[in-house]
Amino acid sequence: MKPWSLALCAALLSPGVFAAQDLELEAREAALAARLRCVVCQNQTVAESQAPIAKDMRKEIAVQLAQGRSDAEVVAFFEQRYGSFVRYAPPWKPSTWVLWCAPFVVLLGGLLLLWRTLRRRHQSVARPGLSPQERARAQAWLENRQDTPTPEDRP
Amino acid sequence: MRFVIPLAVFLGLAVMLGLGLQRDPRALESALLQQPVPVFDLPVLQGPEGARLTPQALQGQVWLLNVWASWCAPCRQELPILVEMSRKDGVALYGLNYKDQPAKAQALLRVAGNPYVASAVDADGRVGMDFGIHAVPETFVIDAQGRVRYRHLGPVTPEVWNDKLMPVVRAVQ
Repeated sequence: MKPWSLALCAALLSPGVFAAQDLELEAREAALAARLRCVVCQNQTVAESQAPIAKDMRKEIAVQLAQGRSDAEVVAFFEQRYGSFVRYAPPWKPSTWVLWCAPFVVLLGGLLLLWRTLRRRHQSVARPGLSPQERARAQAWLENRQDTPTPEDRP
Repeated sequence: MRFVIPLAVFLGLAVMLGLGLQRDPRALESALLQQPVPVFDLPVLQGPEGARLTPQALQGQVWLLNVWASWCAPCRQELPILVEMSRKDGVALYGLNYKDQPAKAQALLRVAGNPYVASAVDADGRVGMDFGIHAVPETFVIDAQGRVRYRHLGPVTPEVWNDKLMPVVRAVQ
């Protein structure tokens, strides 16, 4: 291959390569924006919010990713400035243990309560079995009942 | 006896939700507390040509940084209070003019009074982001070692100045 053809190939390929890189950065930017909280409108992520500060944060994410920073570094950048509150999913640390555990504790409590209630109901329904005498009497009564017509059998 | 447990659960929940309602979700502690003040080097709003403001130049004194903008109504209201209070207590008050147009900011200072020794121009809000600004106005107390000691969210009233900012200033002086 001649040098000029190589150069031509490179020239033809490079826009495609750049476009792929851009797409990848955009996808990472969107994913990061969805993981960070807009500090003004607190129940929205940076991706959802239209607040000016959210726009600034999206711009900053794009700039830092273009500089080659990792996702973790970008999150750390915002966490250092706005506190861990800026992460939409709270981190696992002593002050958030109750927050993370409470739903599971409540679920476990509910299951325990359900189990106890069901067991109690089962115990109250289950009676001790018949004694041999009772069984014999019942058997006798049943056999007797088959021989003699009951009021329902009469026309 | 049957009612004790549900009643206790109900009361516990009521107290918890009641406390939750009392709290302001915006009153978050600054992540910068006890941390060195973010580094910046910005042009000043009013002053000689080419004058710049950096926190490094202010080392050795306790100073206040008030983040403000002419488009922010509470900032316009707090300016006269800041003028009066900083003069009364002789505290060095610096400004960070956040995402504003210099002409409009200068016009406001002419009308409402200028409480600042100098005001740095943060046109794109990038330095404001380093300070973790949620919404203007915000006021920081910075000690002589250049550490952030207090952050107040929202406008400064005489009560806020006297009861919150000044005790911190006096404690670190």
